[in-house]
Amino acid sequence: MLTKETTKKWLELFIAQILENKAYLSDLDTAIGDGDHGNNLARGANALTEALETKNPETLTDLLKTTGMTLVSKVGGASGPLLGSAFISMAKASQDSDDLATVLQAGLEGIQKRGKAVAGEKTMVDEWIPVIEAVKSTNLTVDLIEEAVEKTKDMKATKGRASYLGERSIGHIDPGAMSSSYLFKTMVEAGVYGE
Amino acid sequence: MKKIINDPANILDEMLNGLVFAYEDLVERLPETSVIHRKVEKSGKVGLVSGGGSGHEPAHAGFVGKGMLSAAVCGEVFTSPTPDQILEGIKSSDEGKGVFLIIKNYSGDVMNFDMAKELAEMEDIQVDYVIVDDDIAVEDSTYTAGKRGIAGTVLVHKILGAAAEKGLSLKEIKALADKLIPAIKSLGVALNPATVPEVGKPGFDLEADEIEFGVGIHGEPGYRREKLQPSAALAKELVTQLKKEFQWEKGDSYAVLVNGMGGTPLMEQFIFMNDVKQLLADEGLTLSFRKVGDYMTSIDMEGLSLTLAKIEDSSWLEYLNAPVTTIAW
Repeated sequence: MLTKETTKKWLELFIAQILENKAYLSDLDTAIGDGDHGNNLARGANALTEALETKNPETLTDLLKTTGMTLVSKVGGASGPLLGSAFISMAKASQDSDDLATVLQAGLEGIQKRGKAVAGEKTMVDEWIPVIEAVKSTNLTVDLIEEAVEKTKDMKATKGRASYLGERSIGHIDPGAMSSSYLFKTMVEAGVYGE
Repeated sequence: MKKIINDPANILDEMLNGLVFAYEDLVERLPETSVIHRKVEKSGKVGLVSGGGSGHEPAHAGFVGKGMLSAAVCGEVFTSPTPDQILEGIKSSDEGKGVFLIIKNYSGDVMNFDMAKELAEMEDIQVDYVIVDDDIAVEDSTYTAGKRGIAGTVLVHKILGAAAEKGLSLKEIKALADKLIPAIKSLGVALNPATVPEVGKPGFDLEADEIEFGVGIHGEPGYRREKLQPSAALAKELVTQLKKEFQWEKGDSYAVLVNGMGGTPLMEQFIFMNDVKQLLADEGLTLSFRKVGDYMTSIDMEGLSLTLAKIEDSSWLEYLNAPVTTIAW
């Protein structure tokens, strides 16, 4: 269930997952980007821990908004505005709905409005779309989340810095899709998905 | 990795503090931000703001000063600054006539500056912008994020900076920028990759006797690898590619910038300039403005880039030659 309590737990698990995999995310990014995805997200994760502590958001909407604003202002690069926009859009949607699929869909729209990416361009969008589909049809599993990341391996990047590699981007997992997979795995773990 | 640093996480902060201390007569750091602002009396002109990831020094903070940028917003190494920081830069640069943003064409920079523009407009500051994409190594197509912005950006800073200083309006600066961008093209060659301190290892691999044409300023891939060759041959390749793009004619007037990537000595840059001079003289071009040195670096990358700007209006040359007080122009 999407509540303030489950979402708080979700964010804490996500932060831990990012910090644990900081070097791995940067390695993935070195292959097809500029090697800083893990470092940038880790900076955001640390700032988020501090923001959640000091601001202690009182509602689900506040919690999502604080998260979005912190990511936008601390991560930098492309992933800051993208993930940040996702959470800000989710915060707006959470004012009228506590349906997870509806709120995630708003998040995806936030990402796409900012980054202009569509399915199949080897970006985080390729993780978000199948996950949201699965949430809607209530068959989301950790396997499905991981499979979606794996699928970015065979895609050719046409957005972001990896696009300069063209064909040579094929064979590498997209680091943005990988970090989004951590977001969704921790979402399941925290009980945000499910009853 | 051998670097004169402390904790890699503190690079931006420590670098900016050192820079401001060294040049406190010219610039200041806005408190609690990574914005470097010029120490110049406001005079009711259009403000000019640029910025981007760090690691390209002296860009962009080195071009902050009278006659060039009002402020530079400095991100972490190779990472775009965030919208809140850019907003502070815009606010401090607004002298009532609006603020013009010069953005290099990278997904992160474009998104963050765009968000900052929206925020500034909510605070009733007029903002317009131009995206610099001078690197001809990349084709402008729907299959990439588009051409990249590299050393030609510094010429955009200079020309627009002089235009703002002269008192042109935001609308006039936008019109000038739109004419200028297609007239500036660059191409680089790398001998050795850069190492991002927080990553600790080179961004790509090149054999000891290998060079790569068209590498970007963050180590983005170029278009061809070859064995190392003499300066004259490297110059010939870059000039040949630029000629294809410009389709120039005898007698055309050009500005030329030979830009070091951070790890290439000036000695080699001057040798390269000497080769470029010969090649462009053979083409019958007039080189009405010339510059050599480290302007848009890529940390410790070895290599250089060649930028040519077609002088389509004599005022552009005046703008290039107008005096400035900056750290690095």
